[in-house]
Amino acid sequence: MSSTLDLGWWGVVLAIIAGAIRVSTPYLLVSLGETLTEKSGRVNLGLEGTLVLGAMSGFATSYLTGSPWLGLLAAGISGAAMGLLHALICNLPRVNDIAVGIALFIFGIGLAFYLGKPFIEPRAPMLPALPLGSWSHHPAIRSAFDVSPLFFIGIALALALEWGMKNTRWGLILRMAGDSADAARAIGRSVERIRTYATMAGGFLSGVGGGFLSLFYPGNWNEGLSSGQGLMAVALVIFARWSPVRCFYASLLFGGASAIGPAVQTVGITEGYYLFYAAPYALTLALLIYSSSPTQALAGAPNELSISR
Amino acid sequence: MTPSPPEVEIVDFSKRFGAVQALHAVSVRFTAGRMHALLGENGAGKSTLVKCLMGYYQADAGRILVDGQARAIAHPYDAHALGLGMVYQHFTLVPQMSVAENFVLGRERLPAVLDWAAEHAALREFMARMPFRLDLRRLVATLAAGEKQKLEILKQLYLGRQFLVLDEPTSVLTPDEADEVLGEMRRLADAGELTVILITHKLREVMEFAQDVTILRGGKVVARIDVADASEQCLAAMMFGQRDTAKPELASRAGPSANYLEIEHLHALGDRGTTAVAGASLAVRSGEIVGIAGVSGNGQKELVEVLAGQREAESGSLRVAGRAFNGTRRELKQYGVSLLTEEPLANAAVRSMSVMENLSLRQFDQPPLARGRFVLNRRAMRPFAEDLIRRYGIRTASLFARLDTLSGGNIQRTVLARELSRDVRLLIMQNPCVGLDAAAVAEIRGQIMRARERGAAILLISEDLDEILDLSDRVLVMAAGRISHETDRASADRYEIGRHMAQGRLSA
Repeated sequence: MSSTLDLGWWGVVLAIIAGAIRVSTPYLLVSLGETLTEKSGRVNLGLEGTLVLGAMSGFATSYLTGSPWLGLLAAGISGAAMGLLHALICNLPRVNDIAVGIALFIFGIGLAFYLGKPFIEPRAPMLPALPLGSWSHHPAIRSAFDVSPLFFIGIALALALEWGMKNTRWGLILRMAGDSADAARAIGRSVERIRTYATMAGGFLSGVGGGFLSLFYPGNWNEGLSSGQGLMAVALVIFARWSPVRCFYASLLFGGASAIGPAVQTVGITEGYYLFYAAPYALTLALLIYSSSPTQALAGAPNELSISR
Repeated sequence: MTPSPPEVEIVDFSKRFGAVQALHAVSVRFTAGRMHALLGENGAGKSTLVKCLMGYYQADAGRILVDGQARAIAHPYDAHALGLGMVYQHFTLVPQMSVAENFVLGRERLPAVLDWAAEHAALREFMARMPFRLDLRRLVATLAAGEKQKLEILKQLYLGRQFLVLDEPTSVLTPDEADEVLGEMRRLADAGELTVILITHKLREVMEFAQDVTILRGGKVVARIDVADASEQCLAAMMFGQRDTAKPELASRAGPSANYLEIEHLHALGDRGTTAVAGASLAVRSGEIVGIAGVSGNGQKELVEVLAGQREAESGSLRVAGRAFNGTRRELKQYGVSLLTEEPLANAAVRSMSVMENLSLRQFDQPPLARGRFVLNRRAMRPFAEDLIRRYGIRTASLFARLDTLSGGNIQRTVLARELSRDVRLLIMQNPCVGLDAAAVAEIRGQIMRARERGAAILLISEDLDEILDLSDRVLVMAAGRISHETDRASADRYEIGRHMAQGRLSA
């Protein structure tokens, strides 16, 4: 605390940058997953539940096996299972993907709280950080630049997805399913199968995002771990217009906004700082108002999405 | 193209959907390298026949012979493997992808990672040999309907199909484009590169482009003849049976009357925020039918929506009976404005409500259908709805059947009955006869003519140029969001109109 005070207002800037990097990682992973799912023509609103379940199962596996990486894998697998459940229910005739998503949102959180009770107290092995601040002797700077490798994996994934959507077979097929189910059927592709895989992949990434929450930041499991990141990531996908690379920029923006509250608190502002904690929610609302219009459809939205029709 | 096109023969195809026998033992032989027309009205079984051939449906009975050998086609894949391809009436292109991506997508085997430089080079070389050219990098959503149709055909040729079924390919094309597309298909057939099956209900196309014609009526083959031996009259007689095929004659109007609807310099935006209606001006007098021809996507939908009060105009004036009009429910009633928008089930009716409730939607809030201001009088609705059902010949299981259990023609009749159920002084209709069988078309046209005789001003917006020419006193053309051409009935020329339709398209 005193070292941050030494930096004065630079400390706030530093804290926001550090926060942007740290907090953006789950946003990035969840929004990339949701981009994949929505590109295939379905919306999975249950990702908040997937995120929380991923956080719980990741933490529990790390605690039980002693390996945070196994924990991360378990988080991803639980997320993929949630995605599979969503996809299978939506494959039934006359099922609305939005309603299923909301049901799974509640289901995922409930399941995580139920199974996670024994893991609230203990400490589990954490994911390592890359010490990118080791050039500095300043402890605040050093801790600010302890960056999780998942952040870089997320960036690499965003670039790979952006490229893959245009240049690979599965990218083309995924976009076709999301844009014209008729076209996909006409050339004999099963739209349901494509969407099932896409929703599972989206669930996997969201689960990993949850694993990051409990295994890196803030580094424990409790029931208040997620503060709606899974839901905000869905809004973020719309703001990013279904582009993986823009998801990265948007995640940084949301991460930075989430870090404003803690940052102003560290420089000793004690009144009204809680208003800054609301920044990401206000940002979500503002962006959605900004990107919607009564006269205009969303540009770039996959045509098969239930929100575009 | 190396091997010669396959010779395909259908033997004794039968297909039943529920209570309807769609095909009765239909046999057709498609001679290789010829252009073959399947002629018939809506519901005659043309589409069902080819969809069974393409593996989209399974025929209940019958065989397929390809080059003399019996083949089982259980899936579109099987048809593709035999070199059979089809261009569907509804486009199967992916709108948010480029032309090149749409070409490549259809291939049976796609490499895991695409080499776009090589793909583009191969596509450019392919395109150089083709009768139509398209820019490979354009997004399909920005192509006009005619360009999309060409892309669909090119895609089939790119995939090496040598037996090509075209399902009503000219319904979205201007007459010039239709001639170009069909002419090129005929040329490819004459060059021995392709067997072409043209599904159509337009006699003109059969007479001008096809070599053989098979006429279907009620799921049966009525005739198989060489077009050279046929006349338009004999084809029409076989297609419609003994029914009267004469076009409706327009009674001359009683003297000039005042403009009832006036639209001046109307501007409106489309769903994507781009200008859709760009300064359209027109007027409709009482007792006349003004037809607006045009290729879809040129602002017709948005114009109707502004008139219906469903979309706000950016600028311009809208006047009915000389006074400003905003399309509110009160104004619609006050000025006797009725609307039949396209796809009424989606746009102008409530699918989950009963036929009776849908028929009452215009008048449910006023006596006698309502008591006071809040309570509906369902007892009064019954005779009201029964009367309309009888007068408009709506076929429904009961008054209380959900609207979406009715057939397309009966839904259209229901909405039309509702719209004509009160005093009509202005009738606005968009594509009123799409997808209806000949009997329903004749009936709906009759209703339009009767409304005209009663002195209503009628604005008819249609993509079917024949319908416009049959019914209108004056013909306007809408292109790129404005009225680009006007002519009266006597001097209307379909090619002249078609050229104006093709001008200055807006992208969809």
